[in-house]
Amino acid sequence: MTKLQKRIVSLLAVFSVFFCLTPPANAMHIMEGYLPFVHSVAWGVLCLPFLAAGMFSIQKTVSQKRNTLLLLAMVGAYAFVLSALKIPSVTGSSSHPTGTGLGAILFGPSPMAILGLIVLLFQAILLAHGGLTTLGANTFSMAIAGPFVTYGIYRLCKSLKVNRMAAVFLAAALGDLFTYCVTSFQLALAYPSEVGGIGASLAKFMSVFALTQIPLAIIEGLLTVAVVVGLESWAKPELAQLGYLKGAKEA
Amino acid sequence: MKNKGLLVIILLLVCGLIAIIPLALISDSEFGGADGQAEEIILEIAPDYEPWAESILEPPGGETESLLFSLQAALGAGIIGLGFGYFIGRSKHQKEV
Repeated sequence: MTKLQKRIVSLLAVFSVFFCLTPPANAMHIMEGYLPFVHSVAWGVLCLPFLAAGMFSIQKTVSQKRNTLLLLAMVGAYAFVLSALKIPSVTGSSSHPTGTGLGAILFGPSPMAILGLIVLLFQAILLAHGGLTTLGANTFSMAIAGPFVTYGIYRLCKSLKVNRMAAVFLAAALGDLFTYCVTSFQLALAYPSEVGGIGASLAKFMSVFALTQIPLAIIEGLLTVAVVVGLESWAKPELAQLGYLKGAKEA
Repeated sequence: MKNKGLLVIILLLVCGLIAIIPLALISDSEFGGADGQAEEIILEIAPDYEPWAESILEPPGGETESLLFSLQAALGAGIIGLGFGYFIGRSKHQKEV
C-alpha cells in the first residue's frame, strides 16, 4: 500500500471506532430489517476501513500481480458457490458455508471484504437472503471477521510448522465457524434478554447459528483443502507469486 | 500425483457424507434455514419488535428462489472450472514443450 492509501485506511479506522463508541448500547445472515437502525449503521461504518483496505489490496493485485487475477476471480467464485449451498445439518436446520476462507489463505484477509460484499449484495438484492439494512453487519461477520480469523489461524499454524493441509483445513473451518459466532453476537447485542442480558441471548443465538454451523464448517474446511490440493498441482507459479509457497519445501 | 487425486476424492466423499447423514437420521424436520430459527428467538426475546425494512425484491416462490440460488452456484462453479481448465491445460502444454 502507498502512504496515501495507508492514511486513508487508518483515518477510516479511527473514524469508525469513534463512531461506534458514541452511540450507547440500548438496551447466517441477519434478516432484512432485523437489526435496529443504529446497529445497522454502526456495523456498516465499522466495515469501511476494511473495505478501503480491500479495494487498495485488489488494486495492487491488478497492477502488480496481473497473473494472479484468474486466481482472485476463482476465490471470489468459490465464496459465490459455497454461500449458495444450503446444506442440512445435525440440528435439523440448514445453513450455508461462507467460502471466504480460501481467498483469505491465498490473498490475505483484506480483498475478501470486497469479494464477500459482492456475494452478500447479490443475495440481499435478488434473493431476499440477508438484507440491505443488515448488509454492514453481515459483511463484518462473513467478509471481515471470518477471513481475518482464517488468516490468523493459518499464519499461526505455519509458524508452528503444522502440516500445510491441516493448517488450511483448520483455518477455513474455524473462520467459517467464527463468522456465525459473530452473527450470534451481533444479534445478541441487538436483542439482550430481559433475564441474563446479552450473555443469555448470545447463548440462545449461538445454539442456533454456531451449532448448525459445526458440520458445515468441517465441510468448508475439507472442500478448501481439496481446492488447495488442486491449485498446488497446477497453479504453482501463481501461488509462488502470492507468497503462498514461501517456506514450503518443493514438492 | 495419484495420491493427491485419491485424497481429493476421499475429501469430497466425506463432505457428501456429512451433508447426507443428518438427512438420513432426522426424519421429522424440514431443514429450514437457521435464520428462520433466529427470527423465532428474536420474537421470544422481543415480542414487540417490528422489522423496519423489507427486502426490495422477494422471489415470488420457492421455484424462483431455487433458480436464483442455482444460478449463483452455477456462475461460481463455472468460473472455478474455467480457472482449473486453464491451469491444467497450461501445465500439460508446458510438459509437451
